[in-house]
Formats: sequence, C-alpha cells, structure tokens
Amino acid sequence: MREAAAIATEASLLDIRNLQIRLRRTRGAGLSVLDGVSLTVERGETIGIVGESGCGKSVLSLSILGLLPSAMRIGGGEIWYEGRHPLHTMTDRDIRAFRGKEIAMIFQDPMSSLNHGLTIGYQITETLRLHLGYSRKEARERAVWLLRKVGLPRPESLLREYPHQLSGGMRQRVMIAIAVSCNPGLLIADEPTTALDVTIQAQILDLMRQIREEDGTSILLISHDFGVIADMCDRVLVMYAGQIVESGTVDDLFERPLHPYTAGLLRSIPTPAKKNSPLYSIEGHVPALHERGAGCRFASRCAHATERCRTEQPELVAYRGGHAARCFLAEAEGGNRHAAV
Amino acid sequence: MPPSEPLVELNGITKSYAKPVSLFKRQTLRAVDGVSLSVRQGETLGLVGESGCGKSTTGQIAARLLAPSGGKLLYRGEDVTGAGAGALRRALRRRIQYVFQDPFTSLNPRFPIGRLLGEPLKINRLCGRKERQLRVGEMLETIGLDASYAKRYPHELSGGQRQRIGIARALILNPEFVVLDEPVSALDVSVQAQILNLLKKLQREFSLTYLFISHDLNVIHYMSDKVAVMYLGKIVETADVDSLYSRPLHPYTQALMSFVPADDLRAKREKIILKGDLPNPLAIPAGCPFQTRCAHVHERCLSAAPSLKEASPGHSVSCHLYA
Ligand SMILES: Nc1ncnc2c1ncn2[C@@H]1O[C@H](COP(=O)(O)OP(=O)(O)O)[C@@H](O)[C@H]1O
Ligand code: SF4
Ligand code: SF4
Ligand SMILES: [Mg+2]
Repeated sequence: MREAAAIATEASLLDIRNLQIRLRRTRGAGLSVLDGVSLTVERGETIGIVGESGCGKSVLSLSILGLLPSAMRIGGGEIWYEGRHPLHTMTDRDIRAFRGKEIAMIFQDPMSSLNHGLTIGYQITETLRLHLGYSRKEARERAVWLLRKVGLPRPESLLREYPHQLSGGMRQRVMIAIAVSCNPGLLIADEPTTALDVTIQAQILDLMRQIREEDGTSILLISHDFGVIADMCDRVLVMYAGQIVESGTVDDLFERPLHPYTAGLLRSIPTPAKKNSPLYSIEGHVPALHERGAGCRFASRCAHATERCRTEQPELVAYRGGHAARCFLAEAEGGNRHAAV
Repeated sequence: MPPSEPLVELNGITKSYAKPVSLFKRQTLRAVDGVSLSVRQGETLGLVGESGCGKSTTGQIAARLLAPSGGKLLYRGEDVTGAGAGALRRALRRRIQYVFQDPFTSLNPRFPIGRLLGEPLKINRLCGRKERQLRVGEMLETIGLDASYAKRYPHELSGGQRQRIGIARALILNPEFVVLDEPVSALDVSVQAQILNLLKKLQREFSLTYLFISHDLNVIHYMSDKVAVMYLGKIVETADVDSLYSRPLHPYTQALMSFVPADDLRAKREKIILKGDLPNPLAIPAGCPFQTRCAHVHERCLSAAPSLKEASPGHSVSCHLYA
C-alpha cells in the first residue's frame, strides 16, 4: 500500500484503488455493482471508458463525485484526489466543496443538469461566487469571458436567456462553460456528445481538446463510441458487467485487443469496408447483477469459453506496455495476440 | 426482381406547422420544404441529417401517418396523397409500415407480446384466432425469438428484443414498403449489429423496400443503396451511396463525410469542423439555409436559395458552387 500522504506532485491526480460499489438494501443487499475497479488519471491526461450500457460506466463516475444513487454505497476500496484527498471517506459537505471546483462533470443531457427556471447568467455566476468568492461584477465578467471561450455568440445577451431558448449544441457549451468556470483539475464527461449530431459533436470535442490544452485539465471521457474514444484519448478502459476487463493505450487496444469482448465490440462496428458482409455481433446480453456467476462474467457470450472460464474468475493481468486484460485465453497466450479474437 | 420502377415517390412535399412565438403571434415553421425523393422497389434509401431537420416528418409523410401541407405522394405511380377512403386506403395501410426508434413507447405495456403482434392482423380482419397464433409464432421465429416470447410482456425485454418486436409488428402484415426511423439509434453497437443483420435478411427474404432514417453515417452507409442528405427541411444532396461517400459535393455533406471513421479507427483524418450554429428554424435566413456555417459562402448565397441540380448522372446537389 502506498502512503496516503505522498507528495502531491508525485501522486496521480485521481487514483481509484479496488473500488467496490454495493447495493444497500434488502433484496439486492451484498450484490456488487462495481467490483474491484482500479484506475489512475494523470495530470493533463484523457482517459476513456467504453462498454455497453449497464456495465457500470456512469456509476463509476458518480462515485467519484459522491453522487451515488441512494440504493448504492461504497463497499470497499479508495478514491484519492491528488494523493491527499480521500473522496471515499469525505462527508457530503466536504465533497460538495470539491464538486464543481476541483472536479467538474458534464452529462449527456444538459437539460437535466441545467435549471430550467434560471437564466444562463445566474447559473454560471452562482458557481463562481460560491466556489471562488467572486463579486457579482467579477462573476459577470468572467461569465461573459467563458461563454466567448466556448464559442457562443453574443454572450452578453445570452446571460439573460433561459436554457430552453438554446439549441442542444449551445446548451452543451453552456454546460461546459459552467464546468470549466473554476478551472477544475479533472473534468468527467459522461457521453457528452451522444445526443448531438456529428457536426455539433465535432465542435464540442474540439472545444474539450482546446480546454485540455489551454488549462491542462485532465479528462475522464465516458462513451460507447469507439470513434470518439480513439479520437480523444491517451488510454482506454473497457468495462463489462461492473469490472474493468481490458485497459491500455488507444493504439494497443485498437490494434491488438486482448479481451474477446473488446474484439467483439470493435468487429461489430459497421465501418464502410464491411458493407457487403453480415456484421459480427455478440449474441446474448450483459448479465444482470443476480445473473453473474462465479466464473468469467463474459463466459455466457464468449466463443472461447472453457469449463475453467465458467467456474473461475480471471484476474486483470498486465502485459507488455501495461496493456492489461481479464481473460484466461490472453493469459495462456501471454498477452501475445495478433489475430482477431 | 430488377430494381427499376420507383415504388414510392415524394414530389415537392412540404409540411408546415404554426408555432406560437408569443401570446398573440404565430409563425410558420417549415419542417419539410419542397422535398422530392424516390425509392425503387427492393432498394434502401438512406435519409441522413441533424436532429430536427425534418427526417421523421418526411418519413411519416411517406408512410402516410401525416398529411403533407403541399406536394404529392405517389405509390406505384399512383397519386395517393389524399387516398382517404375505401379499398385503396385499406390496402396502403397494410403495404406501408413504420418502425419507431423506441417501439416501447408505442407498445401497450399491459399486453403480452403475442397479443401485440396479433393486433394488426385482428384490426385488419385478416385471419381468425387460430391462424393469428400461428402467424405470430412464425413471425417470432423469423425475427430470431422463440415462440415462448408470445407470453412475455414488453418490460421483460431488452432494448434489442423490443426493437425486434417493433420490426415484427410492422412485418406481420406483409408490407412492401417500410419506413425505419432511427431503428438502432438507442442500441449498443453489438445489439445494433444484430438488428442491422436482421433488417438486411428480412429485406432479402420479403423483397422489402426501405426508407432508412438515421444520423449515424456508418449505419447509413451499411444499409443504403442511395442516400439523401437533409438540412433544415431540404434535401441538399442525393446520390448512390458510393459516390456520396467518396465524392461528397455539398459543403455540409463534405463536413459530415470527414467524420466517417476510417476502417482503422486510429487513423487520424482531416476533420472539417464547422463554425457557427444552426439558425433558429423559425428564422431561417433568405438564400442558402447552410450559409451560417458554410466556409464557402459568397454573396449570391445570401440572397438566392440554390436548388437541387444534377451534377453528374444520379448525383444531385443544391449549392451555388456547382451551378
Ligand atoms: N407535431 C408537430 N408540431 C409542431 N412542430 C413539429 C411537429 N413535429 C415536428 N415538428 C418540428 O418540425 C421540425 C422537424 O422535425 P422532425 O421531422 O422530427 O426532425 P428529425 O426527425 O430530422 O429530427 C422540428 O423543428 C420539430 O420541432
Ligand atoms: S476468460 Fe474465458 S470466457 Fe472469459 S473472456 Fe476469456 S476466454 Fe472468454
Ligand atoms: S450555396 Fe453557398 S452557402 Fe450554400 S452551401 Fe453552397 S457555397 Fe455554401
Ligand atoms: Mg427523428
């Protein structure tokens, strides 16, 4: 175990160690939503998380912010920010001071996190006054600057408008302006462009790239879109049924996926070259919490599953270049996998 | 069957809505503005564009779920725009079907799947109870679910299974023409692949003609023979799929195509990032609707709206750069 009091500059910006998220109550008590999730985010780095819906991507990001739904609790593990802030043990009040200031979040649907009844101006300046103690005038000036920075036209008059008066792309930019208003160290983006059209999506991703470069903000980017991940990220984590099943650099993961799940997802994308052949698809579905057996969680859908896979749980093993996979087949081959799995 | 005659034709279709802008004032929103399209028998026409650009409205008009404000709808060359009564109307109701993005919202949650699938047969008085059950069973098998699903309820199904039911419900009447409105947009990529495979298989088996609506460029490419690109209620470009993807002409299509990931997802492409935002749909400027975001905008674009013209055989574009 590392010392919690490691010097701030040496510690990772975010360090999640063996995180367990469990269900609290009666029927599901004891069931794990997330199981042994570990990851680090370094300063200025963009980490991607991919996986089908229901794999635990959003629960992971909510746990970092202390925003878990009431039916869930942290059942084990640690979440460290800058090596000295234990987010996993912080009170609601302390973590609230962190949220928005050190760690900010943008969601898929900006309407759900913007307040319908309040002007854009109020929503931006409130954050600045609360976290940074700005005066009304200072906050207003900074708000105008932020709206301009995220590429919104006529910022002065926008301050007086309400969220519903804006288009989807403009609202997402307002969300980003609010998120970066206090210069957070970490920006968590949960499917930030999924509801947007390709041309608008490209503008928003470009904006996030610019913020990363100008402010050195680290980004944890959750997406089910491999194209977006390949475009934006340094490293990628693949989640399946509450676990990380593969992780590595974008190049390693896309070039030589080690886990059959990752390989299957990549093969099922209908890229232009596949036009005239049937698409590969992973049959079956992500097992629900109560359907997870003792063995590999992907065993029910894996073409390579053996008896051992069905009874024993593989560990996440790291191979060359830190490319890691949770799979017996990868273990047997020592992480040397070149053909399509 | 040789893909020759157009099965469905939209001819200068327009749809306007009156939108209240204040207590006393209404403004006309042209959701669809002079759209002409044709889909040939056995082919798939892909319709792509940003959300709110009028794709669903166009699809619903083609499926006769919505009456246009102007223009004509032809089916096998016959004007069916106003086919309001009698035998023709009944026949069209069976021949033309529409599949929604999330069929769940259109399925009665209290009915078991068997009843939901049998309902269209019953409404159209096509067969008795016994045969209905038989056809439902067959249809479930066709879409890759076993007969026991007839007894299940919509909430017991996954997103992919629900979409299969949505498709089955459309196909049980043996239609010729099916409008598929973003049928895989809510699905994960592995499930999406299953549904796309299924749709292609069904098209071959039942020689179906599709109008396939999506904003996903990969999915449109995979499914379509021809593609029409829509922007703010208008068709700005149309061509067969290969020439559209390899030689896009309209500046908007060119931007779209720059985001189609290479087969090697890591290959970085030169992306065309558009500046500016969509105009307010109630205040679309005079001239070209794309002018607020176009890098090639020139004086003529601000005053005169371009019209769709053939640039090469089978490839049409609506832009002053090519006129
Ligand atoms: N029933 C309706 N009443 C008023 N406006 C509508 C109605 N249906 C659609 N619209 C408007 O028409 C435009 C086109 O919508 P739609 O056809 O749904 O676009 P798409 O399917 O491309 O997203 C949008 O601005 C939408 O708000
Ligand atoms: S451990 Fe076995 S079942 Fe699991 S992914 Fe690897 S080969 Fe497949
Ligand atoms: S007509 Fe003008 S503004 Fe419109 S797309 Fe062509 S060049 Fe651009
Ligand atoms: Mg639509």
